[in-house]
Amino acid sequence: MAITDKSAPRVALFVTCLVDLFRPNVGFAAVKLLEDAGCRVEVPRAQTCCGQPAYNAGDRATARRIAAQVIAAFEGYDYVVAPSGSCAGMLKRHFPGLFADDAAMKASADDLAARCHELVSFLHDVLGVTAVAARYDGVVAYHDGCSGLREMGVKRQPRALLESVAGLSLAELEGAETCCGFGGTFCVKYPDISVRMVSDKTAEVAASGADTLLAGDLGCLMNIAGRLSREGRPVRARHVAEVLAGMAGGPAIGEGDER
Amino acid sequence: MTMAVTSPRFRENARRALADAPLQQALAKMKAGFVDKRLRAVERLPEFDALRDLSRDIKDHVLVNLDHYLERFEARVVECGGEVHWCADAAEARDVILALCRSVDARSVTKSKSMIAEEIGINDHLEAHGIEPVETDLGEYIIQLAKEPPSHIIAPAVHKTRDQIADLFHASHAAYGITERRDDPRALLDDARQVLRRKYLAADVGLTGANFLIAETGSSVTVTNEGNAELTQILPKMHIVLASLEKVVPTLEDAMTILRVLARSATGQEFSSYTTFATGPRRADDADGPEAFHVVLLDNGRSGMLGTEFQDMLRCIRCGACLNHCPIYASVGGHAYGWVYPGPMGAVLTPKLIGIDLAGHLPNASTFCGMCESVCPMHIPLPKMMRHWREREFAQKLSPPRHRAGIALWAWFAERPALYRFAARLGVGVLGLIAGRRGRLKSLPGAGGWTVGRDFPAPEGRTFLDLWARRDGGGR
Repeated sequence: MAITDKSAPRVALFVTCLVDLFRPNVGFAAVKLLEDAGCRVEVPRAQTCCGQPAYNAGDRATARRIAAQVIAAFEGYDYVVAPSGSCAGMLKRHFPGLFADDAAMKASADDLAARCHELVSFLHDVLGVTAVAARYDGVVAYHDGCSGLREMGVKRQPRALLESVAGLSLAELEGAETCCGFGGTFCVKYPDISVRMVSDKTAEVAASGADTLLAGDLGCLMNIAGRLSREGRPVRARHVAEVLAGMAGGPAIGEGDER
Repeated sequence: MTMAVTSPRFRENARRALADAPLQQALAKMKAGFVDKRLRAVERLPEFDALRDLSRDIKDHVLVNLDHYLERFEARVVECGGEVHWCADAAEARDVILALCRSVDARSVTKSKSMIAEEIGINDHLEAHGIEPVETDLGEYIIQLAKEPPSHIIAPAVHKTRDQIADLFHASHAAYGITERRDDPRALLDDARQVLRRKYLAADVGLTGANFLIAETGSSVTVTNEGNAELTQILPKMHIVLASLEKVVPTLEDAMTILRVLARSATGQEFSSYTTFATGPRRADDADGPEAFHVVLLDNGRSGMLGTEFQDMLRCIRCGACLNHCPIYASVGGHAYGWVYPGPMGAVLTPKLIGIDLAGHLPNASTFCGMCESVCPMHIPLPKMMRHWREREFAQKLSPPRHRAGIALWAWFAERPALYRFAARLGVGVLGLIAGRRGRLKSLPGAGGWTVGRDFPAPEGRTFLDLWARRDGGGR
């Protein structure tokens, strides 16, 4: 249901390139969660990517141009929310540093940074959402994506909201704060190390006894889901927003609809 | 053993390390040995984070006044009867140390652990000139016997298993009349101690590193858990302190502040077993001590980091916490990094010391997970500085052409939203078709790096923005 109340906060969804390309369901889940919490949600068409591939490859000039594009596309909204700790972290923690030598752009980047949030922490910390009306029958392990955890302070918020999901129980995940080995282009530049890291992660997921692995970042999730699938482990991977929105009925990440 | 640079072969080194069963067995013990212990030590000290801030501030103050504190340190050393030798690079430091050793006709030099000694390759240099270097730190002693470089900055033999050490001692200690192969840790320690006692007494020069140089007193400070620094610096005729210039702190109290975060971060101890101070040579009424006291102060490029984006790296106190908590280090160990300094601190420091052209892999082999920065007692922004190295590499066109071309192609689309939308629609449509109802791909041309160990989750088939446009009627 779209909100038409003009006093409702106007939220722009930064959907992230991975969700846009690979798993639109996460975007719709984010929209539902935001609308259920009373936001007017808009999706600026001019968005592509947060620029991390260039930024982390040392191509600062390209990262700056993409950052400027994002800043322009998301001007004027009360909030900018992303279903990803990594992309939100890029907008919030790294964009301002890209414009250290340009006062006007720096001010715009600071302004965006102040309005930018990761989805689940935004729901919990800013909108005060303490429970969701969703059901998920399963034992769930939650992996803390590195940027969400260490750049955006996302730790207790997803767990607090997951506890309100009917039928769901949370399993303790050993090493939940250890990187899964995705790391953007790292996973293809250093595949041996990356596969070793994600194998440690999937072993811990299996040891947790969970039937579902959740996280707040699609990059980590595709990495872990891909390894779970390769190892033939019967654990499904989903984005936390899909479960919180009650939209986890379809195939899990990397899972077909042939049953 | 002086390290040949193998950093350009990081990938092959890593592959070999991942397949090395004894190495993996040794690395698996690091979590309980370092990570869990550090956490318990930090939890027991409520003011730990406040001490980190204070420690950072002390070093930041030193770095902007480095000339002042170094000159003050030198003046105090001279007042105490010692001498300071300023060395611009590794070769100069090696020459100074060799000349000092020759001045007392040294035949053997005992050494307590020093990463700077590894950096300048002093052991090989002394050996080449007929002087025997003797490592007295147990870990260093082990790898000296094995003719290997250290794989960790505070636990140089962390890559070795007990069995490997037992074999090594068995093979090496026969010359000292110890013929039984023993593998009990206590017995191994006793054997090493027995051999080292004779070496301590025979040594003409004792070479130590320094955890701190104290400007107000002219002292060097060394922390150990074995007491080997004491014996190294007190027994021989000459004590040489080898230290890089950023080790200086203004006062004893400053050193005490940083010591409170050092051992906790390093080994999870509240304090190391021994904290050893050395101030000048033996005085007339001293019971013991060396006749001569020299400080070899090494720059080796460090002053060139001042005022640059790498200055914060000079706060490093070599605790090893970033190595202990790094998932890359935990996977491949220290030797894979291919030079003296491994792990995240090495990924920042090594390119400065041997060049980004040789060390390019090091700052790239990181997921930027941020674990290192989160445990660094000196708040060094390690991922940020690794990114700065990538920027230098990119600017100098040193990164792989294929990778650069890939980024350029992606960026060309990312900067043109309309074309990006068109390409995205096409791409996910095709991938969705290939995957069909399976939802994943076992292999994908050009994505071998991914599919070598993972299935590739296929896209749903339509982009979010296309689907949203239908609901939203276009958007803005």
